[in-house]
Amino acid sequence: MAITPPANRLWWKEPIHGVELGWIVIAFLWGLFMFFFMIAWHFIGDQNLSTETYRVKPAAYEEKVAAWAEQYQKIGADGEPVEVEGTPVVAPPEGGDVYILARLWEFWPVVELKKGVKYRIHISSVDWQHGFSLQPVNMNISVHPGYEHVINLTPTETGEFGIVCNEYCGIGHHTMTGLIRVVE
Amino acid sequence: MASIDATAAGSGVVNAPYRMCRFTGLKVDQAAETLIKVHAVTAVIFLALGGLMGLGVALTRWPAVQILPPEWFYLVLTGHGANVLLFWIIFFEMAVLFFASAILLGSRLAAPKVAWLGYILMLVGALMANYAVLRGDSTVMFTSYVPMQASHWFYLSLIVFAVGALISVMVFFATLVVAKNENTYDGSVPLVTFGAITAAIIAVFTLASGAIILIPTWLWSLGLITEIDSLMYKVVWWGMGHSSQQINVSAHVAIWYAIAAMVLGAKPLSEKVSRMAFLMYILFLQLASAHHLLAEPGMSASWKIVNTSYMMYLAVLGSMIHGLTVPGAIEAAQRRNGFTRGAFEWLTKAPWGNPAFSGMFLSLVMFGFIGGISGVILGTEQLNVLMHNTLYVPGHFHGTVVAGTTLAFMAMTWLVVPLIFRRDIIWPTLAKWQPYLFGIGAGGISLFMMGAGTLGVPRRHWDISLADAAHRAVEFPAAAYLMMGLNGLFAILAALGGLVFIVTVVASILAGPKLDGPDAKMVFPLHDASRQVSEYGSEGTLKLPGTIILVGIFFAAFVLYYFVNWKYLSELWLFN
Amino acid sequence: MAETPQKAPAGEAREKVPMMQQVLDNPFLLLFLGVTVPAVLYLIWGIMEVASVPVGQ
Repeated sequence: MAITPPANRLWWKEPIHGVELGWIVIAFLWGLFMFFFMIAWHFIGDQNLSTETYRVKPAAYEEKVAAWAEQYQKIGADGEPVEVEGTPVVAPPEGGDVYILARLWEFWPVVELKKGVKYRIHISSVDWQHGFSLQPVNMNISVHPGYEHVINLTPTETGEFGIVCNEYCGIGHHTMTGLIRVVE
Repeated sequence: MASIDATAAGSGVVNAPYRMCRFTGLKVDQAAETLIKVHAVTAVIFLALGGLMGLGVALTRWPAVQILPPEWFYLVLTGHGANVLLFWIIFFEMAVLFFASAILLGSRLAAPKVAWLGYILMLVGALMANYAVLRGDSTVMFTSYVPMQASHWFYLSLIVFAVGALISVMVFFATLVVAKNENTYDGSVPLVTFGAITAAIIAVFTLASGAIILIPTWLWSLGLITEIDSLMYKVVWWGMGHSSQQINVSAHVAIWYAIAAMVLGAKPLSEKVSRMAFLMYILFLQLASAHHLLAEPGMSASWKIVNTSYMMYLAVLGSMIHGLTVPGAIEAAQRRNGFTRGAFEWLTKAPWGNPAFSGMFLSLVMFGFIGGISGVILGTEQLNVLMHNTLYVPGHFHGTVVAGTTLAFMAMTWLVVPLIFRRDIIWPTLAKWQPYLFGIGAGGISLFMMGAGTLGVPRRHWDISLADAAHRAVEFPAAAYLMMGLNGLFAILAALGGLVFIVTVVASILAGPKLDGPDAKMVFPLHDASRQVSEYGSEGTLKLPGTIILVGIFFAAFVLYYFVNWKYLSELWLFN
Repeated sequence: MAETPQKAPAGEAREKVPMMQQVLDNPFLLLFLGVTVPAVLYLIWGIMEVASVPVGQ
């Protein structure tokens, strides 16, 4: 029994039950398949999280994002800067760099992207850890202070997409959101 | 009292008082017995506290109820994690380690006084952690990611707890040496003890990782270190955070084997295969800590793939083997016990009214189907992006830790009360229904949280309606709200099951019928040893059609769900 | 329950225990392996990954 020492002192020499052997082979092969499928997806798939990352001082990142947002700030027909609830809307050039800054408790600024165009999205935090959860796409990435993560992202649908913070970041965590607009 | 002086059996060994168990024939060292009692009772107290907090969390996340204000919600959620994920489980695991070493090997406990020191440190740590959390300045969640900072009491409490646990694990290893030197058993240790060794080895890695990261973080909270790198913290912290849950897996698999042996007389199909499966755990299970770093910047794809796959899924292979050998051993035993008709008479005629068996079997099924499959999906490098930090994650680990580990530990407790406390279960009817109540509740919360996570609902979030948010750009679908409500209902069910468990266990310990007498019988009997057929189970002597069908269903569900998730992923925006 | 461990016959007792069984019967060797493998593959390699993140402009 399982709670007594093996009756046969040389238990290693006991033959294996046929059902066990069959299952071991199936489970092992399935494991190998799953392992190699992850590697294969790097070649055949279009969804692989970028590993391009740089160390950055939070203050320097904040300055960089502010300068970029000012440069590509969207101007409305009336000549006024376009804002959503007080947050500027930034429309970067097609295929260019896009900066998103996470801080207590917002994702800043609102960015406007074009469908089917690949952008270099930079994400970092200037205070605590945050979670970049793009909804309803349901794409979820961690955001660290001090690390600038660069993701090559191509939106495949138009509309307004929300960013929800899904890493606990203090008492205002459930108020932390952001916005990405995708246009034709 | 059947206490006999050890000299009656020992030859030149240290004298330790022990008794012979009338029901199992095991030699019970009394120092170990007392420590098992104390650890089990302490564990149950922290389960009560943590479980109550869990109910508060679930009822707050039910949007129509939202019972707690945000500050309390996050505070209680922090306490919930620490109390159940660490304190309930690790106190109980120490009881399992003492049982699997001293009692199963018929040995004395190596150093009872040192074990008491370990216990006291763990208790001080656990109480201090609750003090730190309830003060209100340590609402940092169980993970306490830097640079968010808790009170220095919080980090110190976890360090003290970890040191205490490490001391107790050392006593376990020392007891193995004592048993071997004093020849208390023949040949190799029992399989259950081997499972406990697996748990103890993983515990050493876990506690060492915890010390490596928590000591500097504690110094940082005291102002002695200026900065802790957030990514470095996360890598090392999860060496503790995830591995601590791998201790559970090893411990509850050992308990599955133990309960199958004690209640049904089950014997492993083959010692070799079951032990190799545990070896896969020892070598590779802890690599799964990388599951928490798949959505992180800065970690290379090779590191992620090697670690997240537990080295080519060899630890998953271990789990899948246990998933066959545990029901296989039960089927073989039941067929020997005379239930041979059809593919499933062994299962339908199993002692479903015995809470030790029903709890164990429900734990086995739910751990495999809910916790196990979802864990592999979450831990697939690319698929992780679909559910990282959504409610899918707590859904997964409530499938492993609540429906799997906690239910298995509860099932074991129904045997610990009569065998160690020598008090019979005071209310058998309540005990009989308890595993179903708690099991269905735990299964429900796991599935509904996973469902809500699939719809994008974030974890650790007070208000998914985002009423006070800067941009209300996200409107979670009605189905998500429905699932949060159902999660709340099933949490109530699980809480009831937990309440029945705690009340019945405590009442039985205090006032249950005594089992000391020579004719006393247990209401939930163990397997009749006289019906034991010693040489069965191994080597193809029996056909196991029922088990083959069960694992076939499991495998089909696994493969199907795996590819469904790749389909979801392929429809996502493109990124690389 | 009261299964008495069967005494191995004298001949079998002298038979050499297979290597793999000796490994599985040695908890301290297993402890060494079980700490070293994740320490190298997960912790040390992981810390090297973090440490090798380049500094951005």
